[in-house]
Amino acid sequence: MSSAAALLELRDIAKRFGATQALDGVSLALAPGEVHALIGENGAGKSTLMKVLAGVESPDAGEMRLAGERYAPRSPAAARKLGVAMIHQELAIAPHLSVEANVLLGAERTSYGVLRRGEQRRIARAALARLGRGELDLDRPAGSLPIAEQQIVEIARALASSARVLVLDEPTSSLGAHDVARLFSLVRELAASGLAIVYISHFLEEVSALCTRYTVLRDGRSVASGLLAKTDHEQLVRHMVGREMGEMFPRVPHARGEALLEVRGLSGSKKPEQLSFTLHRGEILGLAGLVGAGRSEVLRCLYGLDGVVAGSVSGACGLRVPTTPRASIAAGLGFVSEDRKGEGLFLDLSLADNLSATALGPFSRGGLLSLRRRDRVVRARLADLRCKARSPSQAIRELSGGNQQKVAIARLLHQDAEILLLDEPTRGIDVGTKAEIYRWIGELASRGKAVILVSSYLPELMNVCDTLGVLCRGRLVALRPIEEWTREEVMRLAVGA
Amino acid sequence: MPSELDASGNARGNAMRWLAAALAPFLGLVLVVLAFWIYGRVFKPDATFLSSFRLALIAKQTAIVGMGALGMTAIIAAGGIDLSVGSLLALSSVCLALGLEQGYPAYVAVLGAIAIAALGGALNGVLITSLRLVPFIVTLGTMLFFRGLAERLADQKKIQAASAPEWLGTLLDPPARDSWALVCDGVWIVLVLGVLLALVLNRTVFGRRLFAIGSSEPTARLCGVPVALTKIQVYALGGAFLGLAGVFQFAELNKQGDPTSGVGLELEVIAAVVIGGGSLSGGRGSVLGSLLGALMMTTLRSGCVFAEVSDPMQKMWIGAIIVGAVAVDRFRQRAA
Repeated sequence: MSSAAALLELRDIAKRFGATQALDGVSLALAPGEVHALIGENGAGKSTLMKVLAGVESPDAGEMRLAGERYAPRSPAAARKLGVAMIHQELAIAPHLSVEANVLLGAERTSYGVLRRGEQRRIARAALARLGRGELDLDRPAGSLPIAEQQIVEIARALASSARVLVLDEPTSSLGAHDVARLFSLVRELAASGLAIVYISHFLEEVSALCTRYTVLRDGRSVASGLLAKTDHEQLVRHMVGREMGEMFPRVPHARGEALLEVRGLSGSKKPEQLSFTLHRGEILGLAGLVGAGRSEVLRCLYGLDGVVAGSVSGACGLRVPTTPRASIAAGLGFVSEDRKGEGLFLDLSLADNLSATALGPFSRGGLLSLRRRDRVVRARLADLRCKARSPSQAIRELSGGNQQKVAIARLLHQDAEILLLDEPTRGIDVGTKAEIYRWIGELASRGKAVILVSSYLPELMNVCDTLGVLCRGRLVALRPIEEWTREEVMRLAVGA
Repeated sequence: MPSELDASGNARGNAMRWLAAALAPFLGLVLVVLAFWIYGRVFKPDATFLSSFRLALIAKQTAIVGMGALGMTAIIAAGGIDLSVGSLLALSSVCLALGLEQGYPAYVAVLGAIAIAALGGALNGVLITSLRLVPFIVTLGTMLFFRGLAERLADQKKIQAASAPEWLGTLLDPPARDSWALVCDGVWIVLVLGVLLALVLNRTVFGRRLFAIGSSEPTARLCGVPVALTKIQVYALGGAFLGLAGVFQFAELNKQGDPTSGVGLELEVIAAVVIGGGSLSGGRGSVLGSLLGALMMTTLRSGCVFAEVSDPMQKMWIGAIIVGAVAVDRFRQRAA
């Protein structure tokens, strides 16, 4: 495409944070009416590129042009004024404010500091009508709307400030299948009306269904771009990963042993309903399903974080009905949360504190801790895991996502958990660390531990697990050996078809 | 702490960094003392700021706030706050006076007063954990409740306990001129308890749990920390320190239990902890820092009297310096 036709053009954008080169030569051209897929692994630089586009960060090098003019926004407000709007994965909704106030947030119409309610309402109504939601109650608190509608409100906000470029970051991650379809037709209509849309996702199926052209980011570089119609998934994955599948998923031979955990008719206060399965020593059991299908809740129930309303647990591990994490830990369970920053780790505390939090016993005598002994054990663990850290007393906040996750997993190794409950253990970490985590999971199984792995990344489940279960609306609809599954079959059962 | 893992292995650089980190909390205090000392040299050549009399007085005035700051350090590190400290202090001093009046032996009355304040603290903890309310609201309520309780028990009067033994009245009195003690007994008690508390916070399972809860409560729960129990313990511990501060107050008022004492103490105590590096969002707090914070505020006040600063100006200065000290500390944290 000639650069004259491009609405937004990025050339050789670079950005460095401390020691990490987050962006290292990204080029991208976007035409009006186009839905452009920006794909890449987590850590490839997508979110940094977003921040540069949105004016949160300014690039160290490179040039951006919007409709031929130099585009160098100094703040998100400036970017929005120039017509570049972002819809983040975590919606930026003020939940207590009304729909109208949310649509015009930051672009309120006033005379002498007083809101012009009539004009506000007219603009909000028009923006929502363009999205086919003219009927939405403008006075309703936005927080009371379903997530899909909140997203509409955010898109309406972009339209209200006459956006020309709309960037959608993983917009379907918390939507159901029906809402995804509605969103897609909406995105197509917006593009048809002349907006240029950047669609960030790592669901290749979605990207193929919606977008015309793509750009792949890897390690901060734009490594490939072209027409989606002419590119198959295998090629895209190779561009994203930069390596072959075999290196991604190292196999460690392991064999299934005695039954360790027998779950019968387990129902949680929130999700799993009538859940039954048996987990053996040396078994890696995967759980697939859409967001909201209740995968995390299965783990949280077993670990005692969510309440259990019915059912029983038995087997060689000591666990009966799960009550509290404390009891589950004592029975040999370990849990890695999907929310690493909010729940998995103590960001303000040291590596040693984080690693030893579930099992201080080996270092304490009558409640008194030996810090020297603890540091020695922690050092050994960190070396085992090839975790790059200065010392056990370093704050975990300073580590990269991958190294943080290593510590979260090392905690389970330290407490010597027999049953490992891993909720999205590879989310948001680099490819190299992912491969290492897959290898540990295999090694743990070979040592007779049992693993339940929850993941949204199907290739991971297909290549790592021995058994795979699919959850749909809180129910386990199928549980089979991995050889009996195909990706299509998993998706079919996950969407409840 | 110097580390063997550091590949660049610059031992001396690490030692210097460690020294700088260890001395940093003293910086504010040193600056304040230096400022008043220079003021004295320039404007008051016939008096010195650093007289042993003034230092003993400053130490004594720090004892009550310092004692409260010890408990508050633990509470704030655990992500909580306690606004009821002033009322707990009054309750303790009233209970002590009543106990002595009733003819209980002094030790029993003192332990009883401390136990009642600890129970009050535990009540805060129980309300916070069982009602799932934020500590600010709960302790705002109990601040009034305990104050009212103290006033009611004392029948809204100061209670003189003339029968109290001599040692109970002189806890905060300066030591005899030739004594080796340098400062009053109360200050020594604060220092000894400070060392013990620092050990508890840094070297015990209880201490690790407390920082874990303050840093991230969901994570603490996930790691099997008994969150509710630990919180109740922390508030009870804070209450116990306040109980002892109430005993000091009793001594300070010449063996009187005063139900109106300690009004506004919560602000001084919280300021001391925060100046000392404690974070109101939890997970951070140090005993040494909090005690230095308390000392800095007393020194400021004493210095203002020395420099004949008017009372309104004094308040404005101290307010500004609290904000400034915390801002500097946060800046230092970010730079590190």
